[in-house]
Amino acid sequence: MTALPATTKKKLGLVIDLDTCVGCHACATSCKEWNTGGYSAPLTDEQPYGADPHGTWLNRVHSYEVGTGAQSRTVNFPRSCLHCETPACVTVCPTGASYKRAEDGIVLVNPDTCIGCKLCSWACPYGAREYDYKHGVMKKCTLCIDRIYNETLPEEDRQPACVRACPTGARHFGDLGDASSPVSKLVAERGGYDLLPEMNFKPTNKYLPPRPKRDETTAKPLSTPRETIPQHDGSPTERLFAWVDKVLSA
Amino acid sequence: MQQKRDEPGAASALQEPHIDLSRASADEVKTTTCYMCACRCGIKVHLKDGRVRYIEGNRDHPVNQGVICGKGAAGIMQHYAPSRLRTPLLRVGPRGSGEYKEIGWEEALGIATGWLSRIRATDPKRLAFFTGRDQSQSLTGWWAMQFGTPNFAAHGGFCSVNMAAAGLYTFGGSFWEFGEPDWEHAKYLMMFGVAEDHASNPIKIGLGKLKARGAKVVVVNPVRTGYGAIADEWVGIKPGTDGLFVGALIHELLRTQRIDLDYLVRYTNAPALVIENPGAANDGLLARNDQGAILVKDRNTGDLIDIDTPDLAPVLQGEVALPDGTRARPAFELMVRRFLGPEYAPEAVAARTAMSADQIRRLATELAEAAFDQAITVDQPWTDWHGRRHEKMVGRPVAFHAMRGISAHANGFQTCRMLHILQILLGAIETPGSFRIKPPYPKSIPPRIKPRGKPGDVKPATPLGGPQLGFPTGPDDLLIDDNGSPQRIDTAYSWDAPIAAHGLMHLVIANAANADPYPIDTLFMYMANMSWNSSMNVPAVIDHLTAKDEKTGEYKIPRIIYSDAYFSEMVPYADLILPDTTYLERYDCISLLDRPISDADGPADAIRHPVVKPDRDVRPFQDVLLDLGWRLALPALTNADGSRKFPGGYPDYIVNHERGPGVGPLAGWRGKDGESFGKGEPNPNQLDRYIANGGFHHHPLPDDQRYMKFANRGYMEWAHSKGFLESMDRLVMQLYCEPLQRFRLAANGHAAAKVPESHRERLSTYFDPIPFWYEPFEGQSVDTTKFPLHAITQRPMHMYHSWGSQNAWLRQITAANRLYVARQLAEKKGLADDDWVWLSSHLGRVRCQIKVMEGVNADTVWTWNAIGKRAGAWNLDPAAPEATRGFLLNHLISELLPEREGGFRFANADPVTGQAAWYDLRVSIEKAVNEPHVTSPRFEPLTPPSMSRGGR
Amino acid sequence: MNPAYSVILFTTASGAGYGLLVYLAVFVILGAILPTDLFGLYGLILALALVTTGLLSSTLHLGHPERSWRALSQWQTSWLSREGVLAVATYVPAGLWLLLALLAPGTWWIVSAFLALLTAIGALATVWSTGKIYQSLPTIRAWSQSVVPPVYVLLALATGGVLMTLLIKLNGGSGARTSIIAAILLLASAAAKWLYWRKIDNMPRTWTAGAATGLGSLGAVRPLDPPHTEPNFIMREMGYKIARRHAEKLRFLTLGAGLLAPAALLALAGSVPGAPGLLATVIAAFGVAVGVLTERWLFFAEAQHVVSLYYGAQQA
Repeated sequence: MTALPATTKKKLGLVIDLDTCVGCHACATSCKEWNTGGYSAPLTDEQPYGADPHGTWLNRVHSYEVGTGAQSRTVNFPRSCLHCETPACVTVCPTGASYKRAEDGIVLVNPDTCIGCKLCSWACPYGAREYDYKHGVMKKCTLCIDRIYNETLPEEDRQPACVRACPTGARHFGDLGDASSPVSKLVAERGGYDLLPEMNFKPTNKYLPPRPKRDETTAKPLSTPRETIPQHDGSPTERLFAWVDKVLSA
Repeated sequence: MQQKRDEPGAASALQEPHIDLSRASADEVKTTTCYMCACRCGIKVHLKDGRVRYIEGNRDHPVNQGVICGKGAAGIMQHYAPSRLRTPLLRVGPRGSGEYKEIGWEEALGIATGWLSRIRATDPKRLAFFTGRDQSQSLTGWWAMQFGTPNFAAHGGFCSVNMAAAGLYTFGGSFWEFGEPDWEHAKYLMMFGVAEDHASNPIKIGLGKLKARGAKVVVVNPVRTGYGAIADEWVGIKPGTDGLFVGALIHELLRTQRIDLDYLVRYTNAPALVIENPGAANDGLLARNDQGAILVKDRNTGDLIDIDTPDLAPVLQGEVALPDGTRARPAFELMVRRFLGPEYAPEAVAARTAMSADQIRRLATELAEAAFDQAITVDQPWTDWHGRRHEKMVGRPVAFHAMRGISAHANGFQTCRMLHILQILLGAIETPGSFRIKPPYPKSIPPRIKPRGKPGDVKPATPLGGPQLGFPTGPDDLLIDDNGSPQRIDTAYSWDAPIAAHGLMHLVIANAANADPYPIDTLFMYMANMSWNSSMNVPAVIDHLTAKDEKTGEYKIPRIIYSDAYFSEMVPYADLILPDTTYLERYDCISLLDRPISDADGPADAIRHPVVKPDRDVRPFQDVLLDLGWRLALPALTNADGSRKFPGGYPDYIVNHERGPGVGPLAGWRGKDGESFGKGEPNPNQLDRYIANGGFHHHPLPDDQRYMKFANRGYMEWAHSKGFLESMDRLVMQLYCEPLQRFRLAANGHAAAKVPESHRERLSTYFDPIPFWYEPFEGQSVDTTKFPLHAITQRPMHMYHSWGSQNAWLRQITAANRLYVARQLAEKKGLADDDWVWLSSHLGRVRCQIKVMEGVNADTVWTWNAIGKRAGAWNLDPAAPEATRGFLLNHLISELLPEREGGFRFANADPVTGQAAWYDLRVSIEKAVNEPHVTSPRFEPLTPPSMSRGGR
Repeated sequence: MNPAYSVILFTTASGAGYGLLVYLAVFVILGAILPTDLFGLYGLILALALVTTGLLSSTLHLGHPERSWRALSQWQTSWLSREGVLAVATYVPAGLWLLLALLAPGTWWIVSAFLALLTAIGALATVWSTGKIYQSLPTIRAWSQSVVPPVYVLLALATGGVLMTLLIKLNGGSGARTSIIAAILLLASAAAKWLYWRKIDNMPRTWTAGAATGLGSLGAVRPLDPPHTEPNFIMREMGYKIARRHAEKLRFLTLGAGLLAPAALLALAGSVPGAPGLLATVIAAFGVAVGVLTERWLFFAEAQHVVSLYYGAQQA
């Protein structure tokens, strides 16, 4: 099982637009609420009302500041499983509980066979796997596998909960193995990139970079008073009134 | 594991385990309305085995179009939070002790009826009824009216009244949720101080559209968080100086002659003649003819003609002699002279706003470029108020949006007005691509409702003759007695705050405890955390709540009734606690009479309806209010035979109550057959129709009525027929705000009412009919060398006020807050990440932990709002991070300004509206060395009453 | 990485046990232990007890120890599975060897020797695969060093050697050669460890927060707001940080008190018969125990995971 499929029919994944993400955590809580009752049920919360509240989440949103001074910017950064093409989290698994689906490339954990050794979380550079202390198994993003094929849901809702929720439309779901799919086109158009490509796990999910700022660096020439009226080279007030007169008399 | 698999545990090396991919998520999906913020999105609630399984956005809903936010998706945990109150409680120990007795509803309602009936029979104003969450305001206000007390309001006085009043007095609408940028056409958006937790999904959806289209987004905010993060340009302005920036933009537009003259002449009072008669009773008023028509001077004939004349060709500048010989000038000229003055030149404002003159000039250029050079035309014929047909709609695709960041300052009213004037100069209200107004707005400017509660209006056992809240247009409308004393407990509509259109809830507790202007008997509040994050100066408020009369040993506020669904910090200070339901357990009505969910394309209203049954002995607050009203025999709630008018409770009221003939809480599916919109007989099946439609009704306007609503004959006639618009009079945008001048004249002795000496200078200065910028009062009155920094709060998108902390998911995201400090400031002060500091104001100090950041104005520190909790509140562990590493800035904010000569202390508020100026806070920061790593101040832990185990 | 005590105990105890098995096997093969010698039996029991304690301890950090049999299935790809398979496989010859020693001491030497050889090979392979589990994780730079499996084997042999010396001494022998071998292995371990530390101190830490987020081209990437204010699993498991100074002290302790001093003591003890020699060996064994536990604690505590880049680390 931990042997990876040579190829997958599809490469389902997410495209996350860092230019549009406002960091509202809608994807994170939507993910939590779907999955705590779905395939990964339950996503345990430890001390939910206590002194050290923490729990299992499959999607988390960081907020970073990048650069300094006037050139700095704030970037909100959702992070979840990237469904790599060659994921070490799968190959290190001693039981075969971790696997990559040949059908669509989704990386899953079988909660019935996971022994909770946590090695897969060590193998993942992206922090995508979260251990459920209470249930003793590893949990991770399933790309909402129990939504995307779920025939009990309306067809338009057969997408991951995070994508379904995202208010700014910063999350896109589709087949990144198909160059003609909307997500692939988006990636091509916007320069979508891999996280830590040098690690060679070949993430399926892509991130779209923030677009360049448009400030003084991209400014057009400043406005100048529209016209100089010969007899009114005095104060701006007089010039304005002269202009008003001219316009209204026209 | 709960999964059902065909071959449990039989994953072979070759075969992938079988997964049930089509497991139904719900036995049933019910559609209702979210309550996790004021946005009121449509939600679909998936129910499984009688429990809430999943909540998602409703794709058909006009507000959220299917999306949901971080809070909305965590609604499950709000619904099951262990902080939910379980049963009515009667205080048995001292206030604040947390010693309660569980009582039944009959006893609770009996006690409340006893207290309230005595008040009503003697002096109804001794009941002060104030609500925090104000989405049932049309019910609560109406109830208070029936009771007969003038002392009613919601929380707008410390939230949004500057924004609301400035808009309503300028163009009959407002920012906040009452208008929206034209997301489909705007090419340039400039946002000022927009709260990110609030009305957030429409804004987020819209920003997504603008970003996808490549429109430029500029965010003006001292702090760069979510919206600022994705803006094309972030302007880290110094708090309270937005008016200077806007003034400089206006200056630049005027200097470069980039204004929409046609729009000004057609739709505003720019040409109106302002009387110049210093010292006289008519100085500064608009010149009128004998019929009361406002006059302008025709540039061709020189005649003085009615401003409502079609195809006006007025003069906009120069002295005009009126028939009686007094002089006058067009309002436009006064406005131009104000803003072309040197004090609004970009160079003059640059340092104070923390911007460069170049940046201001560039932004002005960009605004003008978008408005005029990229103007759009929509091929949509429409007819104006004069009846003239226009073949096209001309759009100025530059939109503004603004919220609390400019509202919660002592100069907020004038700043908001200035922003509207900027929009008006660009011709950018209600045109394609610009800011748009949501029906039932625009209203008359201002709306023609006057506040009730003058001496004589309040009589024992008698309803008040009209609503408590309204829009004064002069001193005659104030609620004062012959001595000028306030008639409301919160001093709204007095000389302290003449246009306090939302009331001043934040002053109620202090005033009641001080019996100023008079003592009250019972304070009745709904969902208002006044002993914590909803008050300024928390320790003082707690003192007021627990203060006793030395002689009698009675509490100075003798009785406090409080209704809430949750164990907030306020609960232990109440004497009688009426536990409310959660939003999934009750009916609510999001009414056009209140704060509707309309969009600019049409009015919309909505309901909530119970999707699950309460598992506690709790009742919807609205049902309780109606029940109490009947027990008090309020006329509108009782039939002639003494029986209940609404035996079916709130849903009965929603369907059958009529505010006016054919007008009720819900506008959709009225009439016996359900075919009428807006007006019609009550429809017994109305709620079923709403439920079948997903809980809302949206009435799309015809295409020719979607823009220029303030001048669109078709729209206006329709709106008038539905009661949205009070009359068919022309709506003229108020570049010059004449009502303010009337208060000014009163200050100079030209009014029946005498203005106290202490208030004269204040009224003369700040009630300027043409907006201007002034330094907020706290900055004027404290030593700014001692308190050089500004301190403000922002709201995290995933929290709503103090609510999120009881939510097991949301609190994991933010269970503690930091003070964010600009890198330059940190370097200067020798501070680094994680250091603990003392933050001090003229009122007090808090100890907190810092985080250094780039994206904040260098003279400003800030933190996330309402994360800090009192230990034990919300049924959290007393050692919760919210209590040990969370803090509030509220402890530093004074409700009063420092004492002035003569010992008089003005409220720390806007002088026009009384809006609490909590963004004016000035502070200093020092490293806390060798101090415990917990936030300070700390208060005694609260003890929750017995509660559910809760959670899931 | 979080230094979990179950894993520290597992790797050190089983390492010593496997090391001891190797010595016992060599002694049997070389005929240095007479087939009738009870000392061999006790040694075998001790070694297997250590191995078993270690393995049982390793299941303590599993969420589902009852499913640990499943870990034997993925030997084709997973070093953890291989370790499990090898550990279990090693029990087969070791168990038969023990059975033979118990039931028929003194007979079938050649069989014992063959079983001992298989046991030794299994033991070495198991320890090697333990090292490979760590070495094969590119996400933890300090672990993905080629020197890691040899260090595991060296330390197993060194700790096994110390135990063997102790057993011989307890049995009244001089253990002269064994103690020298153990001392040499301790010195070799120290050298390897020193090399390892030098290597991880000087390794280029080329993973950056910029690369982790892909935002590096825009400037330095610093966390502003974390996704959650209290530590989550990732931070609890992989966010462990140790102060440089503290680590240096512990390294010094490991090298000095844990490896070099015991090596010297052992070298000395080999030529000192009787109680003083035994005492020196006991002291050395104690030192080695502290040293190896510290070494293993440091192995985790000093290892930085790439994921820390998302939580504030600038480089990894």
